[in-house]
Amino acid sequence: MRHVLSVLVENEPGVLSRVAGLFSGRGFNIESLNVAPTLEAGVSHMTIATSGDDQIMEQIVKQLRKLVTVIKVVDFQDLAFVEREMLLIKVQADDSRRGEVLRIADIFRCKVVDVSLVDLTLEATGNHEKIEAVISLLNRFGIKELTRTGTMAMKRSMQRDP
Amino acid sequence: MELTGAQILMECLKREGVDTIFGYPGGAVIDLYDELSRHEDSLRHILVRHEQAAVHAADGYARASGKVGVCLVTSGPGATNAVTGIATANSDSIPLVVFTGQVPTRLIGNDAFQEVDIVGITRPCTKHNYLVKDVRTLASIIRQAFYLARSGRPGPVLVDLPKDVMLARHTFVWPEDVRLRSYNPNYKPNLVQLRRAADLILKAKKPLILMGGGVIGSNAGGVLADMATRYQIPVVSTLMGLGGFPGTDSLWCGMVGMHGFVSANRAVSEADVLIAVGTRFADRVTGKISAFASRSRIIHIDIDPTSIRKNVSVDVPVVADCREAIMGLSDVLAARAEEKDWTGEHAEWLAILDKYKTDHPLSYVSNGEIKPQRIIEVLYELTRDKDVIITTEVGQHQMWAAQFYKYTRPRTFLSSGGLGTMGYGLPASMGAQIAMPDKLVIGIAGDGSIQMNSQEFATIVQNKLPVKIIILNNCYLGMVRQWQELFFKQNYMCTCMQGQPDFVKLAEAYGAEGYRITEESELVDTLKKALASPNPTLVDVKVAREENVYPMVPAGAALDEMLLV
Repeated sequence: MRHVLSVLVENEPGVLSRVAGLFSGRGFNIESLNVAPTLEAGVSHMTIATSGDDQIMEQIVKQLRKLVTVIKVVDFQDLAFVEREMLLIKVQADDSRRGEVLRIADIFRCKVVDVSLVDLTLEATGNHEKIEAVISLLNRFGIKELTRTGTMAMKRSMQRDP
Repeated sequence: MELTGAQILMECLKREGVDTIFGYPGGAVIDLYDELSRHEDSLRHILVRHEQAAVHAADGYARASGKVGVCLVTSGPGATNAVTGIATANSDSIPLVVFTGQVPTRLIGNDAFQEVDIVGITRPCTKHNYLVKDVRTLASIIRQAFYLARSGRPGPVLVDLPKDVMLARHTFVWPEDVRLRSYNPNYKPNLVQLRRAADLILKAKKPLILMGGGVIGSNAGGVLADMATRYQIPVVSTLMGLGGFPGTDSLWCGMVGMHGFVSANRAVSEADVLIAVGTRFADRVTGKISAFASRSRIIHIDIDPTSIRKNVSVDVPVVADCREAIMGLSDVLAARAEEKDWTGEHAEWLAILDKYKTDHPLSYVSNGEIKPQRIIEVLYELTRDKDVIITTEVGQHQMWAAQFYKYTRPRTFLSSGGLGTMGYGLPASMGAQIAMPDKLVIGIAGDGSIQMNSQEFATIVQNKLPVKIIILNNCYLGMVRQWQELFFKQNYMCTCMQGQPDFVKLAEAYGAEGYRITEESELVDTLKKALASPNPTLVDVKVAREENVYPMVPAGAALDEMLLV
């Protein structure tokens, strides 16, 4: 089962390596890992998308908390949260196909960020499923290149009743 | 007053109560050694002959004394040589602070002479590690390193010291307080969980205490023994917990695991409530996990939350210091002690276990050869009234030392349990002897593993450490040979040790005493003579070559599926 973890860490050299090494060394999955500084100096925020059964997820969360440079770990599994990912995708689109590619781009509210005679580069944002859908629908035109940020997530202010 | 980094390090070591450093000099730490020469009255430096041994010696010092062991090695190969020792301590949760030299900060990343990224290399095998980039952070990092090493679940912490940082000057301020917002080990047990644990114990007909190394590390042996005795609960132990409960007590049922006692392994398999204290349920302890303690509700006390439900599902988790948790549990039980006739209700269970002990004692077949088990028995008889510390290497001799010697006090059995590091025992015995100069330190070794760090006889002789090394010499890598015999059709590939040195001459070459025993009739007298010597002593005993360690739970089998003698 896919889980999204929010992890606050000390922003110091090696912290990414400690977290990544924990996942690789213990054979845990990482689907994506996104890290950037927060407003608080010296603290970074990571969003880690991972998967595992309950026992594995409990271990992942505990092992992360055990790292001395990790300040806080929240598993968003049972929380309401907003999830976004950004995609840049370069699709083959000559004159005969550009219209159709643009229609799909429009449906997913993608932005055109670059264009040439033979291709289009689109920017899409959305949750994991939406990004997967964009990619799968554009696949038949021929994807020349793509890059994704990995998931970022934030807890919603209003939580469902427990 | 401004001090150099090297001077700050010395000040910090003294304030942390360090009296002994195990180390080896080199280019990157030459300034540190220069400074160290001016502190020899309070900081004793033990010059080992290989950095791996420095770490094992510090580890032996820490296990024997309960204090933090300290090492100092140079950059590059000095640091990489230390890695096996660090990983050994990490597996067994031993508090160490390892200082490594590093090339000057301006050269880091340049593939400089004797440069390795030791912080990167040791990230997965330390509790935490640091690269000190600025002398202004040095004192607080050292303070944190010692705090991390000894608090919570203890472990090794590495501090990498670039040469220029050791020369840079800064005003020395000792950080009185050490606090890390991201690190708060939980010592106090949760009362709700203790009450749930007590509920289970009160209802239990077949309760059992399984103790591990955490009992030794948290000095919980005394309170655990009190609880076991008062409520008549039998006790078994992992290899790492040996000595935590007296091996001579009637409640003692022995060591569990792959080479555990019949009584202990059956006790675990038949218990209805298992009180596991300071153990991580390693695979060598549990055997087939689905069959482990399958009739039992499990109470698991451990200070490390990751230990809980890592391998075994648990009914009552208690994340706390073992000593605090046992004391708390004893209090809860004391308040409800009237609710159960402890002696009466456990009598049947204890009788079953007593029968296992009587029917299946540890045994071996005597046949005129010197049986390795016999040596340990004799050694026990000769030293049972003395203040003894036993160290081991890894292999068959380690298991016999664990089985046939009766440990009665904590910190008297020092062995590499988790990592299984051959070459651990000899340097660990040095460290133990330095920590405990008045104790009789005996290293039990195999002829294979003694050679992994035998250069340390030089350190032993140089420092006049009267350790006694007894080699159970079968000219085999015996444990691997045993597996080859049992599971690989006696295909003894690479386990027959040819070209062994004459160990007596080897000892003598270093200036130690050497004895050889080839007949059982010599065993008692020669061992007595060796043990009575005030000097470093080696005893080479030619043992029955193809003796096996039994009981044995084959890898992947359930604990009660034991091969017996």
